[in-house]
Amino acid sequence: MSGAAETANGTVSAGSARTARYFIYATLIVLALVYLLPLYVMLTTSLKSLDEIRGGDMLALPKDPSIAAWVKAWGEACIGVSCVGIKGYFWNSIKMVVPAVFISTLLGALNGYVLTKWRFPGHRIVFGMMLFACFIPFQAVLIPMARLLGAAGMSNSTAGLVFVHVVYGLGFTTLFFRNYYEAFPDELVKAAMIDGAGFFRIFWRILLPTSGPIIVVTVIYQFTNIWNDFLFGVSFSSGEASPMTVALNNLVSSSTGVKEYNVDMAAAVFAALPTLFVYVVAGRYFVRGLMAGAVKG
Amino acid sequence: MTTIEPMPVVTARRQRRSFADGIRDGLPKLVLAPSFAIILVFVYGFILWTVYLSFTTSKMMPIYKWGGFDAYYRLWSQPNWYVAMENLAIFGVLYIGICIALGLGIAILMDQRIRAEGILRPIFLYPMALSFVVTGTAWKWFLNPGLGLENTMHNLGWTSFKFDWLVNPKMAIYTIVIAGVWQASGFVMAMFLAGLRGIDGEIIKAAQIDGASTVAIYRRIIIPLLRPIFLSAFIVLAHMAIKSYDLVIALTGGGPGNATELPSTFMYSYTFNRNQMNVGSASAVMMLMGISAIIIPYLYSELREKNR
Repeated sequence: MSGAAETANGTVSAGSARTARYFIYATLIVLALVYLLPLYVMLTTSLKSLDEIRGGDMLALPKDPSIAAWVKAWGEACIGVSCVGIKGYFWNSIKMVVPAVFISTLLGALNGYVLTKWRFPGHRIVFGMMLFACFIPFQAVLIPMARLLGAAGMSNSTAGLVFVHVVYGLGFTTLFFRNYYEAFPDELVKAAMIDGAGFFRIFWRILLPTSGPIIVVTVIYQFTNIWNDFLFGVSFSSGEASPMTVALNNLVSSSTGVKEYNVDMAAAVFAALPTLFVYVVAGRYFVRGLMAGAVKG
Repeated sequence: MTTIEPMPVVTARRQRRSFADGIRDGLPKLVLAPSFAIILVFVYGFILWTVYLSFTTSKMMPIYKWGGFDAYYRLWSQPNWYVAMENLAIFGVLYIGICIALGLGIAILMDQRIRAEGILRPIFLYPMALSFVVTGTAWKWFLNPGLGLENTMHNLGWTSFKFDWLVNPKMAIYTIVIAGVWQASGFVMAMFLAGLRGIDGEIIKAAQIDGASTVAIYRRIIIPLLRPIFLSAFIVLAHMAIKSYDLVIALTGGGPGNATELPSTFMYSYTFNRNQMNVGSASAVMMLMGISAIIIPYLYSELREKNR
């Protein structure tokens, strides 16, 4: 029903309709600029020198753009006591995200397959319980998980964080694939069964090849969530094993020495780049994942 | 069990087949079982563990000595907890309210056959891709009382402009609202926009023929039709508000003082920094109860509708 509001009936004069449209465009453009402002400030600040930041205007373009702050943030900035930049933490996050996304997506696909095509009595309760797990405040599992990781010797390790993210991502990945496979015709699965295809064969040959879009949605959703996680990172890791978000927070909130705003902003840009990149490249799938995560059932 | 009967060949074959059937029938459950077991243990088991801890005398480490409701008494006698609850109320109401109002407003404007929709929509939505820590860092700098917005306004000639919310205990919670709204309102907009696109154009046309004004059409027809979206948006935002932790830590660190304490930061600091694990657990249980009160009825109705 796009465009229901304007000019559709003759009572609105052409002049006032034009004014209304100018108003709509003006409002939207102003709002868009407001939404872009923090990103703009973040980027320009990261390209300025400290003197320029202290003496100049936050909104001004950098007079003499330099990536010195980026270089420093990446390789020299002090986080805690070690001054080796954020690059190690960036890689920590990559090493955490890749396996966690892969495992949780694969398990979610299998779960969704079972919960739609191989239903058993009680499947609804199983799904309901997995769904509720998406929403729990993680504070309610933080202490036991810390104890468990400690006892298993996995605290402060990437493996531990991978495990945690797989566990608490399962609900969402299962939800995505379940809703997607729900719409997949049962007749095709039944026909394959009659032809003698087994459980995995049907999954591998029939469902998986059609799952492209939902795999993209799930991978993006999980990637964004896990990359952006802070609570688990700060609870279960410290020092050099921390993921990027924790390192960024440590860098920005440390109060020792001169506050280097440009380096802080450059580090924030590094932390934002992977998810922003995914958003720019596959925004449509990103939105679809968010929606699927929001409109349940 | 104890009686041994001579088994006819046919039965044996049937039994063998049913054994194969058994595997075939069991395989799907076997595949699902690990995931379900993981959820049972690490979600529900851990929740019970946390609940149990909240009834113990745990301090720095878990102590499994029964303490009754002691931790809850202490939780509800902490001024800090009341600050956290009050802040959550302020933050929750404003965050949800503004996100929905702004999201709906932008969605309606975007739905007027806007030419640049493909450019504008990603601009409103991109903050959602960022980590709360990045958002907090960016806004902390943007609202910096010395060098940020205030300074910019001074440079523009508005020398009396004062914006010190970040360091003003009375106003700091509102900076979290601002950053939170900036991050999530585009997403709410996308939800409403999808809803608007799903409305049957015939209804609108009929109303126009009857001479209804644009405002009346929106007020009387379109917005009521968007009710499910309001509900979804409310659920998502309420749940994000209760869980909000990263944003507060990155933006204000809970300060100045305890001015921006939320239940999530309260839980963390009592558990891991102040060595009152039982009180921390009790606060986690309160958070879980808050979220459950919102989510369980919603999920229940959603799942029921689906499987009618």
